[in-house]
Amino acid sequence: MSYSKLAAASAIAIAATGVASTAQAEDLTLCWAAWDPANALVELSKEFEAQSGHTMNFEFVPWPNFADRMLNELNSGGKLCDLLIGDSQWIGGGAENGHYVKLNDFFDAEGISMDDFAPATVYAYSTWPKGTPNYYALPAMGDANGWFYRKDWFARDDIKAAYKEATGQDLREPQSQKEMLQIAQFFQGREIDGKTVYGAAIFTERGSEGITMGVTSALYPWGFKYENTPGSYDMAGAVNSPEAVEALEFYKEFYETATPPGYTNSYMGESLDAFKSGQVAMAMNWFAFFPGLYADPATGGDKIDFFVNPPQNIAASTLGGQGISVVSYSDKQDAALEYIKWFAQPDVQAKWWELGGYSAHNSVLQDPGFVDSQPFAGDFLEAMDGVQDFWQEPAYAELLLAMQKRIHDYVVADQGTAQEALDKLIEDWTEVFEDEGKL
Amino acid sequence: MSDRTIDRVAAATPPPVARKIRGLSDRAIAWIFVAPTIFLLLAINIFPLIWTIRLSFTNYRANRLTREPEFIGLRNYERILTDSDIWLNMQATAHFLFWTIFFQVLIGFTLAWLINKKFKGNDLWTTIIVLPMMLSPAVVGNFWKFLYQPQIGLFNYIVSFFTGKDPSSFEMLGQVNLAPWSIVIVDTWMWTPFVMLICLAGLRSIPDYIYEAAEIDRASKLRQFFTITIPMVLPFLMLAVLFRGIENFKMFDLVVQLTGGGPGSVTELTSINLKREAFEKWRTGYASAYAIILFVTVFGLASIYVKALNKVKER
Repeated sequence: MSYSKLAAASAIAIAATGVASTAQAEDLTLCWAAWDPANALVELSKEFEAQSGHTMNFEFVPWPNFADRMLNELNSGGKLCDLLIGDSQWIGGGAENGHYVKLNDFFDAEGISMDDFAPATVYAYSTWPKGTPNYYALPAMGDANGWFYRKDWFARDDIKAAYKEATGQDLREPQSQKEMLQIAQFFQGREIDGKTVYGAAIFTERGSEGITMGVTSALYPWGFKYENTPGSYDMAGAVNSPEAVEALEFYKEFYETATPPGYTNSYMGESLDAFKSGQVAMAMNWFAFFPGLYADPATGGDKIDFFVNPPQNIAASTLGGQGISVVSYSDKQDAALEYIKWFAQPDVQAKWWELGGYSAHNSVLQDPGFVDSQPFAGDFLEAMDGVQDFWQEPAYAELLLAMQKRIHDYVVADQGTAQEALDKLIEDWTEVFEDEGKL
Repeated sequence: MSDRTIDRVAAATPPPVARKIRGLSDRAIAWIFVAPTIFLLLAINIFPLIWTIRLSFTNYRANRLTREPEFIGLRNYERILTDSDIWLNMQATAHFLFWTIFFQVLIGFTLAWLINKKFKGNDLWTTIIVLPMMLSPAVVGNFWKFLYQPQIGLFNYIVSFFTGKDPSSFEMLGQVNLAPWSIVIVDTWMWTPFVMLICLAGLRSIPDYIYEAAEIDRASKLRQFFTITIPMVLPFLMLAVLFRGIENFKMFDLVVQLTGGGPGSVTELTSINLKREAFEKWRTGYASAYAIILFVTVFGLASIYVKALNKVKER
């Protein structure tokens, strides 16, 4: 009896080995930006390696070079990446230029439903043309631009009293953009524990996308729109509306009166450095960095708290985050799709959030314990309800560089007026859309 | 033994190959030796140049392989030459070129003149002075970025020490009026030693007997300087200006590290702008026209300059 059981078990084992050997183990390469969540993904992917037999390799590129490096790779039909967690704005180019594999049939075959993911993330990270059920990515990493501040400073009686005396108001998490500026100006140049501190770290970087991501965090709450009618490319009156002009003037005032000296070309890294070195009272940055900030021994824990981008005329945040796509030039598309199938599972998504990634899966976001799971979880949910993204057109890089130039010229280089900057931006964007044959 | 090239080559070649080449003329064998170089030159320089000229008349984009490029005539050239932003980039480049060359020649020649004097530790000082030139521009850019930092940067503290200004009251890389000078200072710091070395070669090539003859003629030191030193070093100096001019016209890495072209676009030199057009915006046809305009500009200026240089040499 025991011999027959042993024989049967051996037969099953041999058969299983045979089956496993027919599914070829692949070396997959996943490309993404080099930042905290990428490390979490490496940890998470070990489970996939154990389950599938595939080996995961990672190509992480620092943010300032990420777009250059990866878009060059895609444009040249490179086979470096089998899977790419590409920025949300790349989706149009990825789809229209044939860089990404369309995933609809795969989703249907594997029972992966986009209804299981937060609608804002599906819209932003997966669909092209926008809002249509044509999917080129699975929402991988929800993100938005948020804020964090020195909770310990805000709680000090002497600072609270000084703020009350200076403004007549209580020092608290800002409830509007203008209140945030007022708080930042209060801290600017103030002596705290014998050290001069400054108001806030904002994005002013010129080379890639920094100042655009920063200024849109002011433009969107003022009600900025890219077009009068979505899809019409009629920008006059929307891009340069009085609200947009006011928001741009506000961002310039913020830069001039409430940021540390020399803060002329700063993005994510500089914002983190300024905060961790105790230089600023508040800072803007992507939610993706918040787990690391909270864990920081010097300025994290009970010294830090977080808030969603404050509203002004409306509540709105700048969208970050990415979807994961299969690169059409990859020779290992089956294995890459296997990874996406595995990644879409609710239990994997839950672990993703635990490790420091921002899941966009409803099973995670709608879990009753989610809001209390991290001090910034509630803010993240609130932010994702009001996110807006930059153009996602195939010509997004040209549109972005034009905005980088016009905004930096005005805000940092102090050239012209806000109205002129936005008028010129419309001219640049019109030229791009004319070249694209869309105007 | 015959003195013909072919015979010498055959003698140095294994017998079976020698038999084959012995029937070739000198001209044929010369072509065989030169052909690989000519092929490489055509493949790497001439063909891309012709291809770039062709692309400059189209709306081709290297990131839209599925879109057929259209012939648009001179439109790219017209757009570039009428674009006020590009003229601002040209002005920024001209400012950078003029002042870097001016300071490098002035300081480089002075240093060479001092180093040329015989004194103790001469070699050590020469080595110390040429150190910046040996560093990578990317390293120099990052290094100076810290020096220019308004709160902790050494540069601001030194200026503050001499002027009494608050170190954090000015931003070399962030202020529109200072940023163009900040890149001039760094390039001058890095490349003055190069000009110094060329000038030093010029100074050391002047035979002592010329100065001795001038001494006999009772020419003053100042007279000797202007009638012997300067004219005899001038061809070397002009060569240094040519090298630095061409190098700085295509300056990219140092400035990108320092300012990224900012604040706004005040330090966006033409090479940075061209890179953005070609590899960030992917306007390949437009960028090709831009590159041709720059090529013609540099080539034209360099040709005029080389003619002037030859005239100076002939004197």
